[in-house]
Amino acid sequence: MRFRRTSGGRRELSWLALALLPLVPVAAMAESTFASDFVRVLTFQDYNTRVVVIGTMLLGLASGLVGTFLLLRKRALLSDAISHAMLPGICAAFVVMALAGGSGKHLGGLLLGAAISGILGTAAVTLIRKTARLKEDVALAIVLSTFFGFGIVLLGVAQRLGAGEAAGLKSFIYGKTASMLLSDALLIAIFAAVAAAICAALFKEFGLLCFDAEFGRTQGWPTGLLDATLMALVVLVTVIGLQAVGLIMMVALLVIPPSAARFWTDDLRWMAAISSTIGALSGLFGSAASALMGAFPAGAIIVLVATLLFVLSLLLGTRRGVVHRSRAGLMLRRKVTSQHLLRGLYELAEREHHDPKETAASFEDLLAERSWTRAELQRALARHIRQGLIRHKGGGYALTRLGYYTAVHAVRTHRLWEMYLIAHADVAPSHVDTGADTIEHVLEPDLIARLETMLADRGSVVPPSPHPLKGMVQT
Amino acid sequence: MFLDKPIANKADFGTEHSPDAPLSIHDMTVAYHRKPVLWDVDLDIHKGQLVGLIGPNGAGKSTLLKAAMGLVPRASGTVHVFGKPYEKNRQMVGYVPQRESVDWDFPVSALDVVCMGLYREVGWFRPVGRKFKDRAREALEKVGMGDFADRQISQLSGGQQQRVFLARALAQDAELYFMDEPFAGVDAATEKAIIQLLKELKANGRTVIVVHHDLQTVRQYFDSVILLNMRVVAHGPTKHVFTEENLKKTYGGRLTLLSEASHAISSN
Repeated sequence: MRFRRTSGGRRELSWLALALLPLVPVAAMAESTFASDFVRVLTFQDYNTRVVVIGTMLLGLASGLVGTFLLLRKRALLSDAISHAMLPGICAAFVVMALAGGSGKHLGGLLLGAAISGILGTAAVTLIRKTARLKEDVALAIVLSTFFGFGIVLLGVAQRLGAGEAAGLKSFIYGKTASMLLSDALLIAIFAAVAAAICAALFKEFGLLCFDAEFGRTQGWPTGLLDATLMALVVLVTVIGLQAVGLIMMVALLVIPPSAARFWTDDLRWMAAISSTIGALSGLFGSAASALMGAFPAGAIIVLVATLLFVLSLLLGTRRGVVHRSRAGLMLRRKVTSQHLLRGLYELAEREHHDPKETAASFEDLLAERSWTRAELQRALARHIRQGLIRHKGGGYALTRLGYYTAVHAVRTHRLWEMYLIAHADVAPSHVDTGADTIEHVLEPDLIARLETMLADRGSVVPPSPHPLKGMVQT
Repeated sequence: MFLDKPIANKADFGTEHSPDAPLSIHDMTVAYHRKPVLWDVDLDIHKGQLVGLIGPNGAGKSTLLKAAMGLVPRASGTVHVFGKPYEKNRQMVGYVPQRESVDWDFPVSALDVVCMGLYREVGWFRPVGRKFKDRAREALEKVGMGDFADRQISQLSGGQQQRVFLARALAQDAELYFMDEPFAGVDAATEKAIIQLLKELKANGRTVIVVHHDLQTVRQYFDSVILLNMRVVAHGPTKHVFTEENLKKTYGGRLTLLSEASHAISSN
């Protein structure tokens, strides 16, 4: 038998769509002018806005994709150091261009400066880690603060030099899509698409690098080159993200979408797809909000939207979400209690050599059977009566027909497991009962079937207990 | 017979370098930050053997394998695989790392992991095709994990994870296998599956070097052993080399291990 997961992915996506529902009414309120503007931006009716929004969306998509591997490579914080390390590069480029007599605000030049100092920052982290033999987090802290501090100094120099023009440099720190020119947005869109395409082409190679780089090396993969490529993509995405998101918050756009995606899936392909979607949606809503309200820093909105999606994923994620996990935990606890209760009723009758179908047990007898509180037992009994497994009988409780068959199954599994443990694990019979209790609740049908053949138990429905039951009347 | 007296000295065994030996290590020294961890290792492994690599903790067993594959830089020495430098013949070597060396929470299925052993054949940029996936499934069947192909790897038991690693190396269809503690912390079913697998590999003329900890089972599992403690203490057929005297040399004053070892020997 082969268990194939076929519908898992689709269900995850529909859950994600559900999680996004709360955003729909916001867009649907076309009453006020604000809302209609919002709809207009979201539906790309205005050419300029369209380019800016699409550019930012692509940026989000690319960083969600690249961020997936950054996160799985356990280098999330490196991106923070890289983006902070870009400030001196930006300011130095401005100073150089202004001194050369041109305008200091040429975007290509500024971003080139950013990329160079970002790469220098990465190199500095590696250098400190290797030569000073310090831990990576220490190296990151040193590089991040030093480069940023140096950047602030250079920013002061630039402001003296370029007067009014240099004021725009600050938008690289916090991000501002409103000031974005059409050509800037096109540049972002193109490079984001390139970054995403490279990452998609190297999907399998990056997966191997992140999971088991050493094994990759034994296979002849140039893991050093792959690592460098991944870091280059991080630098690229960060550079084009500077204008929209700003260097302080760029790390969020790289790290939050993949972290959120992990709650929905256990499959790398889906994780990357969902992460890209979350990144793109953050870019969409963030830049739209910034286009509508020029005063709002776009970076902050983008990050907040991403965080909102993260929180929703944390709660509702179908694989690791809080709701899913606590429900699964509750179900397991209920299953365990149920098996204890049904088995208790069965064995109480068996001990007296009565027919478990007909015999009733008092509340006190049941309470003594296990270490449960009165309230727990009362709740469990009420639930079983609702489910038609247990009925009232003569002031006590008895199994219904359905309850009887369920109990037979539970007792049988329990005893098979006990016999298995005694036969194959050298466990003293007197110690079996507790171990069997904890494990039988998670036994799978195929293992039970194997146990049955192994113990050659095909005749009797319920094998006798391999150890004397508590208070058993000896015959 | 090839040998009729116990060989306790590497010089007796390591001098004749056969040109086509599956693995031939010559004068290999490895150092971490100026501190040598392996001294002058000289080894010639014979084809079609199951070889146990044995020694106390910190003896450099994993390091020996890693240095042979260039994962740890060698300070000196050469490594040849079937007559050519390792780097030229690396596709002939299958590697099963220690289970703890990776994060099992990684979002991939057992099948995905096994496919990684085929990536080199798949080639750059291409996705893994059906043909390769079928081969990966076959490898999983071989280690008794066919039913778990689509499970996420964190949902597997330790023994099952170990078998996934074995399947990944098997899929590669190598001639020489390096296995780093495949028996560490596995259940009985997995231990049986691994032994079965080792026998099959041997029957097909493959050579396997296994880092092993359990001295009790050495005689039962391995044709020959390498006793290692920063240097090769002894190497040769198990029945000649796996002696109390050699174990004493290897394990030094670790008395508990020693008594365990002598118990293992006397019970045989």
